Amino acid sequence: MSIKNLVTHTLLAALMLSAGVASAGEMTGAGSTFAYPIYAKWAEAYKASSGVSLNYQSIGSGGGIKQIENNTVNFGASDMPLKPEVLKQNGLMQFPTVIGGVVPVVNVPGVQAGKLHLNGKVLSDIYMGKVITWNSPEIEALNRGMHLPSTHITVVHRSDGSGTTFIFASYLSKVSPEWAKKVGVDTSIPWPAGVGGKGNEGVASFVQRIKGSIGYVEYAYAKQNKMAYVLMQNREGQYVPPFAANIQAAAAGTDWSKIPDFYEMLTNEPGKMSWPITGATFILMHTTQNHPENGKIVLKFFDWGFNKGGKLAEDLDYVPLPKSVTDLIEKDWSEKIHDASGKAIW
Amino acid sequence: MQRFAIQDKIFVSLAQLFAFIVFALLFGILVSLIIGSLPSIHKFGFGFITGTAWDPVTEKFGGLVPIVGTLVTSFIALLIGVPISFGIALFLTELSPNWLKRPLGIAIELLAGIPSIIYGMWGLFVFAPFFGDHIEQWLIDNLGNLPVIGFLFQGAPMGIGVLTASLILAIMVIPFIASVMRDVFEIVPPMLKESAYGLGATTWEVVRYIVLPYTRIGVVGGIMLGLGRALGETMAVTFVIGNSHDISTSLLMPGNTISSALANEFTEAVGKMYTSALIELGLILFFITFVVLAISKILLLQLRKQEGNKD
Repeated sequence: MSIKNLVTHTLLAALMLSAGVASAGEMTGAGSTFAYPIYAKWAEAYKASSGVSLNYQSIGSGGGIKQIENNTVNFGASDMPLKPEVLKQNGLMQFPTVIGGVVPVVNVPGVQAGKLHLNGKVLSDIYMGKVITWNSPEIEALNRGMHLPSTHITVVHRSDGSGTTFIFASYLSKVSPEWAKKVGVDTSIPWPAGVGGKGNEGVASFVQRIKGSIGYVEYAYAKQNKMAYVLMQNREGQYVPPFAANIQAAAAGTDWSKIPDFYEMLTNEPGKMSWPITGATFILMHTTQNHPENGKIVLKFFDWGFNKGGKLAEDLDYVPLPKSVTDLIEKDWSEKIHDASGKAIW
Repeated sequence: MQRFAIQDKIFVSLAQLFAFIVFALLFGILVSLIIGSLPSIHKFGFGFITGTAWDPVTEKFGGLVPIVGTLVTSFIALLIGVPISFGIALFLTELSPNWLKRPLGIAIELLAGIPSIIYGMWGLFVFAPFFGDHIEQWLIDNLGNLPVIGFLFQGAPMGIGVLTASLILAIMVIPFIASVMRDVFEIVPPMLKESAYGLGATTWEVVRYIVLPYTRIGVVGGIMLGLGRALGETMAVTFVIGNSHDISTSLLMPGNTISSALANEFTEAVGKMYTSALIELGLILFFITFVVLAISKILLLQLRKQEGNKD
């Protein structure tokens, strides 16, 4: 064999090898910006142990849904679960990955973090623009003995479409029939009152700047910026703070086995400890995988995330799903996801 | 000889091709905007322009709030920006001592080069707090109760809102308008100005009767350039306007513009009608910009005609 031949053969072999790795070693996903940090963190750690890398575009939940419907990615990520009939129409299935809390934060002179008590009814009346000063009787009734100023309430909400808004609105419409009727639930909604900030940071900066304001941000954001959170009354009548344990309690109190397609909002869940404004973020996948090996890579990745990624999620102030729930999810995988011939791939 | 002819031919057709790319792009954007907004046009018809509802849940959309917001913020920005730019350009060309001309000129060009997100963040974190605490409170206390204009200055001093956005826009368009005005003022032949001064004209008279008539086409062009920037500005406005789909008579209340509505909502717009309504807003912005350009061209033509009559 001449040297030239040798070189050609080596090059060819190297090419084939690298091509093989590329097709077996990468998965693509797109969607939720809320879940992007944890997927990126999981992917980094997972790559170190398995060699499989993730190409995730955090283009927003709406974009993620569009991408998976057009089948341009292996999975889509959305903060808003799709209704079972919509899933069926598009040949999709969904499952939750991590949980997060949404926290009302305030800027009221003289009121520190964790001091103000609110319930769902009053919170929705504030966001409807019906309760307009901090010393109004509705708020004072929940905060006896506390001195509240007569400051005008400025309502701050998200101006961009967001899973955070979806969770918040889903809570308000569970506790207030009027909200459900007049405003509704979606990633962006027709706000009856207030100003809009772009992103969590936009809402946070408006709340910090405007005296007498109230806004809502992700739990992680409220915690890291030490914002003045409020205590919310949950379904059992208890006032609870928005801590990781309370958010996890809300997930544990839910009986997921009775919910088809995990279409559940986790808001206003039972449990004495439960934080009422809690929500999961979701992954969308096609039920029929034309390239089953690609689907399997994705499932393996999330299996790893469920079993080994809990600590990483907690570091980023997400709350991992309890083991009972992840077992249910994996059962769902083997029932729903199959290759073109109908054979289960998990 | 022949080689040069061929080269020339290639050069001409290449240049032509590049020029036609502009048409193709413009046409392509227009067509895709129209196709994208068809579902919304079909469903809401003309009512889209007059409707104020913006409800993604029930998919009822009307664009009046962002359309009005776009026009109002740009109008106020020009109202403030044009006189200031005029003053700057005038000072630079007629009054400034020579040693100051260059640093001032460079400062203006630097202002024009600052990315808009920087203006937005500065507006949100520095300007809005100051404006809310010191100026808006004063406006509400002193102007809020006046008979005719009082309704413009009512509400809570939040620091963000239509007026703040307009002021930030004014700051952003000033360098554009000022540098164009300066450039055109500089081309006025010194002979004309000196003759006027020789006849005993004051500086203001020279500007009013010599410089402005000589340069009005350039001046209008500069203002239109500024208006174009103000109409389409996105990030800086999004940060400070308050992004609320409510219409309010007070300039201190939050509002919305077309481009900030697009920036806020496009990524998470789920559903055909929602996306389509947003694209229709884009189409309307395209149309507004087109009309503004057309009006400015007509204005310039009229001015030229009058010049002809005078001679």
